[in-house]
Amino acid sequence: MSRAAAMTAAPDTPRNATGLKALLRHGAFVISDNPVTGLSFALFVALALIAIFGPWIAPHDAFASNTAAALQKPSLHHLFGTDQLGRDIFSRVLVATRLDMTIAIASVALVFALGGVAGIAAGYFGGWTDRVVGRVSDTIMAFPLFVLAMGIVAALGNTVTNIVIATAIINFPLYARLARAEANIRREAGFVQAARLTGNSDWRILLMQILPNILPLMMVQMSLTMGYAILNAAGLSFIGLGVRPPTPEWGIMVAEGASFIASGEWWIAVFPGLSLMLAVFCFNLLGDGLRDIVDPQRRT
Amino acid sequence: MSNQTTNPPLLDIDDVTIEFSTRRGIVRAVEKVSFSVAKGETLALVGESGSGKSVTSYAAMRILDRAGRIAEGSIVYSGMRLAELSEAEMRDLRGREMSMIFQNPRAALNPIRPIGVQIADVLVRHARATSRDAKEKAIAALEEVRIANAAERYNAYPFELSGGMCQRVVIALALACQPQLLIADEPTTGLDVTTQKAVMDLVVELTKQRDMSTILITHDLGLAAAYCDRVAVMEKGKLVETALAADIFAHPQHPYTRRLMRATPRLDSTLRALLPESDERAEVETHLAQPASDVILSIEGLTKEYPRIDRTNPLLKLVGKAAPAPEPFKAVGGIDFRIRRGESVGLVGESGCGKSTTSMMLMRLIDPTSGRIIFAGEDISATPARDFACHPKRGKLQMVFQDPTESLNPRYTAARAIADPILRLGAPMKSAALRARCEELARLVGLPLELLDRLPHQLSGGQKARIGIARAIALDPDLVVLDEPTAALDVSVQAVVLNLLHDLKQRSGMSYLFVSHDLNVVRLLCDRVIVMRAGQIVEQGPTEQVLSAPASDYTRALLEAIPHPPAQDHAA
Repeated sequence: MSRAAAMTAAPDTPRNATGLKALLRHGAFVISDNPVTGLSFALFVALALIAIFGPWIAPHDAFASNTAAALQKPSLHHLFGTDQLGRDIFSRVLVATRLDMTIAIASVALVFALGGVAGIAAGYFGGWTDRVVGRVSDTIMAFPLFVLAMGIVAALGNTVTNIVIATAIINFPLYARLARAEANIRREAGFVQAARLTGNSDWRILLMQILPNILPLMMVQMSLTMGYAILNAAGLSFIGLGVRPPTPEWGIMVAEGASFIASGEWWIAVFPGLSLMLAVFCFNLLGDGLRDIVDPQRRT
Repeated sequence: MSNQTTNPPLLDIDDVTIEFSTRRGIVRAVEKVSFSVAKGETLALVGESGSGKSVTSYAAMRILDRAGRIAEGSIVYSGMRLAELSEAEMRDLRGREMSMIFQNPRAALNPIRPIGVQIADVLVRHARATSRDAKEKAIAALEEVRIANAAERYNAYPFELSGGMCQRVVIALALACQPQLLIADEPTTGLDVTTQKAVMDLVVELTKQRDMSTILITHDLGLAAAYCDRVAVMEKGKLVETALAADIFAHPQHPYTRRLMRATPRLDSTLRALLPESDERAEVETHLAQPASDVILSIEGLTKEYPRIDRTNPLLKLVGKAAPAPEPFKAVGGIDFRIRRGESVGLVGESGCGKSTTSMMLMRLIDPTSGRIIFAGEDISATPARDFACHPKRGKLQMVFQDPTESLNPRYTAARAIADPILRLGAPMKSAALRARCEELARLVGLPLELLDRLPHQLSGGQKARIGIARAIALDPDLVVLDEPTAALDVSVQAVVLNLLHDLKQRSGMSYLFVSHDLNVVRLLCDRVIVMRAGQIVEQGPTEQVLSAPASDYTRALLEAIPHPPAQDHAA
């Protein structure tokens, strides 16, 4: 993608002076037009702020155990209660946001770059590129995806990077297929022919003409897989792969709290689970709004 | 057919206003339109895009989309007020009493159902047939629209038929239940002239036979004149004039009708005469007195073959018992022609004749199977199409595409689209100089400068066409291929664009290859004409000679199929 970035950065566009302003105005319209989109954007901003400032706004040290105060119910002092080691769950939930969001965003960015580019190349060039990308996708789809992710993390090693890689790999077919279909439709479009006539090379056409046009659809896909990526990372941690205790992470916290639910200490698992749910919910709602913002045809 | 005073109208549209609720509030698409259609009458609803002619007819069928509603007025169909009918009654009326033919016949047919079955479905739905005799009646319906071998074609799928054939099936569908009123919405747009003639003759014959009423929605005044009793002209949602067809062409009353009449190319019109009277532009001085004698492009034995799909069993092939592979399909079969510098040449033919393939090969978008393309003294067919993007001659060989909307990247502003060839192929430029060049080009093609920062969907068809032209001439090309550059435009816009193309050529001395099916337009712009059929050149020669005294029967048939509006009575 560095090539694409370099191309975008090239001083080749007679810039629309009011472009950014128009985009912001349009964004404001989309958000105010649909309350659900507005809500999801508000949630997203809140999540982003917590991810950035979490460690500073947390009232307690997320790692400090205090066995004297173990398994306390939610109270004003400990909003979400404390766990079996007396750690403040509210603080741990806040601190965990950054890790979970990082995993989600990094894996989606990775799969967008890999799957998106492989997909449009397959759709545009056809032939053996198409066959290779298609068969790779089919192979990945042939596995139960969560089991595949487990296998990848187990084989590569128990690190956050490997969770990101595993999540990206299992989402690869979704992106590759979507991008392939969309690029294939536009391969013979008039503006692509025109771009050929004005001396654009194939790769430049791919990245500068076709990719931006399928971005609105990819945006919906990205926001949906973002939620899925968070669930996937939490799931891996839940079964003991990936992030290791005592690092605060929603999946681990749910796993740790699960054994206490039977004995009545519900809050240990419920609050991290709720934040997980809220994050996934937010990303799922975000998709339509993002598409409307990115698509210039919806701007007037 | 002026007996409407004695005959109660079949359809009476009275003071109808149609509104659409959009993001920017309520938009009036149609305002206080009244007209009626008598029994057995053919009415043409004429107007340019956005005039509300389709919306009006959708309202008559009550198939407006959800955002639209009839705000005022009433529509009465043979005594019934349509607004008072329930949806179930309306469903029964559609198809049985009134039916519609749409613009794109292929899209109007279900692609995965055999055509005969689709007709049988309609017959059964309206209780015109039982499941037992439906097939028989459907075949009869196909025979009625003159589909040869109707019994065999019963099981054909839409993709197996040509465009004209599909439109016949749609007509058979529309007429299957013997409706009283047929609404034909641009039924022949996108069809070849000879097919258009066959389809329109068929529609008129069948409707006259059954004493049906027809509303023909069209932008083509020639078509309206040739096939309709009365003409109603719409402009921007308003009905400006209704008159008998013979009268309206002889004495157009409304200024808009007059403008429309002027802009429609006819046998005797000149380029300048197409423009509105107020637009008196001077003839551009040309610095090339006559087309110079040097040849800019020379085509020798150009051939393009496409392999046919080999359906023989691969096992048979393995044991060597298969039939030989089928002959490849020759899209273009060895043609030769030349274009001189400063000359404009028309390439004419019906769809599938190979004219687009030829222009794509000239533009080096696809590789010819054999033959040579010599451009400015160099054999450019030696460089494969995929590498031609970097060829030094790339900028000298440009093209204007048929569909102005589709040929612009929806995410590029007008200025960015015009700048693209300069950025890729021109000398490196500072962004201020680039902007200045874009503005110069915009002025040259008559695009207002404030539109340069707009995106394609914020521009009209004519403005987009200008961007396409500005982009093509940005690098001062020697040869521009114009691929039906006005086919998607309204006549008044077409008039302006044709004049623009003519002026640009006079100014810069470039050559045009004008690919078109519209002989009237070719006559206005071209010095020479090449007529193609089935991959071969049928005839070529000076425009006047080919069009007034064609040597081949095919050219003559093409010329005869064009409907012409009758000459205007200038005394009026």
